[in-house]
Amino acid sequence: MILHRSHIYGVVGEFETPEKLIHAVEKVREAGYRRFEAYSPFPVEGLSQAMGLKRNLVPLITLIGGLTGGIGGFGFQYWVAAITYPLNIGGRPFNSWPAFIPVTFELTILGASLAAVFGMLALNKLPQPHHPVFNVHRFSHASTDRFFICIESRDAKFHLAETARFLQGLEAHHVSEVSDD
Amino acid sequence: MSAGQPPFDSPEIRRLTPVLGPGHTYASVTDKISAIVLTRPTSLGWFIGFAIAFGLTGLMTVAIGWLFIKGTGIWGINIPIGWGFAIVNFVWWIGIGHAGTLISAILFLLNQKWRTSINRFAEAMTLFAVACAGIFPLIHTGRPWMAFYMFPYPSTMGIWPQFRSPLIWDVFAVSTYGTVSLMFWFVGLIPDLATLRDRAIQKPTKIIYGMLAMGWRGSARHWQRYQSAYLLLAGLATPLVLSVHSVISFDFSVSIVPGWHTTIFPPYFVAGAIYSGFAMVITIAIPLRKAYGLEDYITMRHLDNMAKVMLATGLIVAYGYFFEFFLSLYSGNKFDVFLVQQRLHGPYAPFYYSLILCNILTPQLLWFYKIRHNVVVLFIMSIVVNIGMWLERFVIVVISLTRDFVPSAWGRYSPTFWDWATYIGTIGMFVTLIFLFVRVLPAISIAEMRELVAETSEKKE
Repeated sequence: MILHRSHIYGVVGEFETPEKLIHAVEKVREAGYRRFEAYSPFPVEGLSQAMGLKRNLVPLITLIGGLTGGIGGFGFQYWVAAITYPLNIGGRPFNSWPAFIPVTFELTILGASLAAVFGMLALNKLPQPHHPVFNVHRFSHASTDRFFICIESRDAKFHLAETARFLQGLEAHHVSEVSDD
Repeated sequence: MSAGQPPFDSPEIRRLTPVLGPGHTYASVTDKISAIVLTRPTSLGWFIGFAIAFGLTGLMTVAIGWLFIKGTGIWGINIPIGWGFAIVNFVWWIGIGHAGTLISAILFLLNQKWRTSINRFAEAMTLFAVACAGIFPLIHTGRPWMAFYMFPYPSTMGIWPQFRSPLIWDVFAVSTYGTVSLMFWFVGLIPDLATLRDRAIQKPTKIIYGMLAMGWRGSARHWQRYQSAYLLLAGLATPLVLSVHSVISFDFSVSIVPGWHTTIFPPYFVAGAIYSGFAMVITIAIPLRKAYGLEDYITMRHLDNMAKVMLATGLIVAYGYFFEFFLSLYSGNKFDVFLVQQRLHGPYAPFYYSLILCNILTPQLLWFYKIRHNVVVLFIMSIVVNIGMWLERFVIVVISLTRDFVPSAWGRYSPTFWDWATYIGTIGMFVTLIFLFVRVLPAISIAEMRELVAETSEKKE
């Protein structure tokens, strides 16, 4: 038995229902594994808590995007209307701020939405066309009706045979190793 | 109330008309919806429908091509009616788009489960309607190759757009709306694209869906961020959808033309937009569920709920008409009073009465359970409402412009062949895009249907 082989990404086990997945995730955490990931065909309620995931950064990035869009948008209109291209129309004020609100509003929404989408993709490191879990033949069911747990080889507790046996003990089907190429 | 109807919104009705047909599993919903795209042979009906729609798109291309050669003189517009069909159709199309965002964003925030099977194609409808809408102001400028003047860019002439103008607000509102709707739709599609990638049999199909899915693998960490982003987008799209038609109403209400200069315009435009949008969703949903056997997913409950939304927004629109009328009379402003008289007795009065018939009187039938549950009647009514909403914009644009302050400036407007060709052509383009969409992308969100299966099975246990 070769331990920590470089071309092994981890061990993957398959589950039939979201309830079994959550139950298994709890056991995996109890057993002391930290470097593992769950895969599901739709967002499973309670899975994040079971995995002990922290709050993510998407809301903060969205807030920053929105503020940038809003402040930048208003500032830009002010610069155009009052500084670089002032038009004196009947002596009305150059900084006619109420007239700048619609565009400011739209740019706030635009900035926040762009930040939300691209922030989410960036944090998820997508696009990433290939990933070792795709090497597992049965993993194509992860986008239909099967739920997977992959315990990764970089986990300190990882041991190919023992981890595989452990997953089988959790009533996982088709436990198999994931090669890393 | 008709006999034999269960009490309003009782558990009995919910059982009779569920949001998802019984006996579905994760695999069955996935199979059924992805099969439409991947394995089902393309039907003859699809080709015939597509050919007709594509022919009409060709008509639009010819009409626009001729416009580019000859200029806007080929249209019926004149002075004083400089807006004509282009603006009527622009507002109509943008309005139709609103239901998609409303269904996907507002109903999502309100946790309405029934949105799940209609949100995807409603969002697609939004995108295609915005694409059709965008054509009109562009070609109406007369020199569309100069359209970039509307965007702020550092030009060598040192000039900048006038940010105090509602027409510039429009540019920002519509382009933001188009961009955000596209992102919302695409983010919703990512998990389904991954499903299609995994289920595709042919190599090229696999590669194309694989590139679009960007390597989505459904990891829990990804889902967590995905859900945050989706929720935030819904929260952002909600005020956006309300703002877009408000801004479009500003195009009218910020001016001082009689019949336009009124504060009721923004809410009444937004209600009208949602009204026409839901009508269009029904117009698409009924043939779609029939053609692809999706009655288990788009159930009578959906049609019933959409009909109710249509009825409710129709009543808001009716309220808007009433107050528009009342405020004009109550203002004592003789130009406004005269405009009301022109609507009732002027040369375009038949349009006004047809509008009342289509938008206020006919939809009252939707109070009846039997009407809401009669698919054919509902389909016809949705088309009637679409026509009514088009007439509304025609009445607003044409009557006010033909009858403003000084009788010497009055005029008449009648559309030409090229006006109609462009308008009908955009309908062709819209239908073409819908046909392509149902053929190459899942018309119902598969991932969300699986979630619905999980929720409904939990309840049983």
